[in-house]
Amino acid sequence: MNVFDIIGPIMVGPSSSHTAGAVRIGRIARAVCGKQPIDAKIELFGSFAKTYRGHGTDKAIIAGLLGMMPDDERIRDSLGISVKAGMGYQFIQANKKDVHPNTALITMRDQEGKESVVQGSSVGGGRIVVNRINDINVEFDGDFYTFLVPHHDSPGVIATVTKLLAEHGLNIAKMNMYRSHRGGEAMMVIETDQPATQEMADSIEAIKNVRKAVLIEPIY
Amino acid sequence: MITYDSIQSLIDQAVLEGKLISQIVLIDKASQMEMTDKQLLKKMNDNLQVMKEAVLTGLESESKSVSGLSGGDAKKMMQSISAGRSIGGHLLSEVITKALAVSEVNACMGRIVASPTAGSCGIIPGLLLTLKEVYQINDEKVVMSLFTASGFGMVIAKNAGISGAEGGCQAECGSASAMAAAAAVELAGGTPEMCGHAVAFALKSVLGLVCDPVAGLVEVPCVKRNASGAANALVAAEMALAGIESKIPVDEVITAMKAVGDALPASLKETAEGGLADTPTGKKLAESILMQ
Repeated sequence: MNVFDIIGPIMVGPSSSHTAGAVRIGRIARAVCGKQPIDAKIELFGSFAKTYRGHGTDKAIIAGLLGMMPDDERIRDSLGISVKAGMGYQFIQANKKDVHPNTALITMRDQEGKESVVQGSSVGGGRIVVNRINDINVEFDGDFYTFLVPHHDSPGVIATVTKLLAEHGLNIAKMNMYRSHRGGEAMMVIETDQPATQEMADSIEAIKNVRKAVLIEPIY
Repeated sequence: MITYDSIQSLIDQAVLEGKLISQIVLIDKASQMEMTDKQLLKKMNDNLQVMKEAVLTGLESESKSVSGLSGGDAKKMMQSISAGRSIGGHLLSEVITKALAVSEVNACMGRIVASPTAGSCGIIPGLLLTLKEVYQINDEKVVMSLFTASGFGMVIAKNAGISGAEGGCQAECGSASAMAAAAAVELAGGTPEMCGHAVAFALKSVLGLVCDPVAGLVEVPCVKRNASGAANALVAAEMALAGIESKIPVDEVITAMKAVGDALPASLKETAEGGLADTPTGKKLAESILMQ
C-alpha cells in the first residue's frame, strides 16, 4: 500500500469498485481481444447486475473496451461513443453461483470474427482480479506489467520465455501457469517489476509453441 | 522504514526527529517507492488540483445523477450563504458546501480523487480547501498536509479497513474525516500529538455508523454524510488544537472501530439491505430506479 492508494486514484465516480474497477476490467478485455471489438456481450453478476445503471458500470466497461482510462470524463458518454465507433454491445443481468458479487463476463468478437472471453471481478477500491481468459481460469490483478502467454504445453517453453525476459533485464515479480490438461493448451501469466514493451511481447510470440503474447500495462 | 502499524509510532518518530508527520511520511515513501520527494509532491499536487476542479464543477453544475437521486444541493448551500441564511458561520458553511459539491460530482460521474474512497471523496477537499481559502494557505502546504492524511490513512486501512463493505460507513466516511482532521491540525500549526488526538476524536464520533446506501448507489445518504464528515473533522481538529486529549488512545480507537465493523451485520455493510435502504421510501426509490 502506498500514499496514493489512500489519497487517490483520480477517477470518474461514483464508485471505485463499480465504476473505476469496471473500466479496468474493460481495458484488459480490449487488450486480450487485441483491438477494439466490433461487438461485445457483457454478462453482469451479483451487485454489478443489480446496480449497474445507477453506478454507470455499463458505461465504465464500454469505456474500458474503447481504451479509456478510469479518470476519463468521457466515460459518462461512452455508450454513444461506442455506437459511433462501430462497437455494438449487449448487457445481460446474469446469475451464477460461486462468482464474486461484482463480476463481469465479457465475450468479444473482432472484425475477423475471432471470439475472445475475459471474466473479471472488482474486489474493492478500484482493484480487480481477472479470473478467466478464453477457456482458461487464471488469477491476476493487473497491477504489474503483465504478459498473458497462451501456449502449447510442452517442455522448454517456459524456460525460453523467461530467458528472453532476463535478457531484456526484466525481473519477474509473479508467475503462474495454467493449463486445461497435460500436453494441451496452457497459459502463462507473467508479471514483471520493470516496464515491458510491445516489442518484447512480439519476441515472445515468435517463440516456438507460443500461440500469442498479450501485454497488459498497469493503470495506477 | 516506517511500517505504518500504529499512529503512535508515527507520532513518536516525528517528535524524535523534530519533524511534522507529513515530512516523515514523505521521506519514508520517497525511499520506499524509489521516487524523489519532488516526484511525490508533484503526484500529490495533481490530486489537489483535481480536488479543486471538482469543487468548481460541483458548484457550477445543475446536473443530476443517473438515478436522479442527487445533484444540486451544493448550489443550494452556496445560495443560502450568499443570502445570509447560514447560521453556522462562514467557514463551516463553506466546508459543507465544498464537501457536497465534490460528492455530487462523484455521483454524477465526474472526476474526483478517491480519498480514501470515492464514496467519501468530499470530506478531505471540503475541509482542507476551505481552510486554504479562508486562511490563504499556499498549495505547497496543503499538498504536504495530504501526506499526513494519507500516512494516518494507511494505518487505519491496515488496522481496521477503509471500505464500507468491510466496516460500514465509519470505516469509509469516518476514516476520511479522521484523515481530514489530522491534516487540518497540521495546517493550523498543531503538533504531531494533536494530529493523533484529532484522528481519535473524529473516529469516536462516528463509531458504529452503518453503510446503508439506498438502491446500493453512492448517493443517499452518502452525499450528505460527506458534509457531516467534513464538519465532524472540523470539530475534531478544533478540540485537538485547543489541547483537548482523547482519553482512549488513538490506536485503541482504531482497533475498536475494527471490532465494531466486524460486529455489524452484513445488512449494514453496503449491501443495501438494512438501515435507510430498508425504509419504505428507500425501498420504493430502489424499485423505481431498477425499473428505469
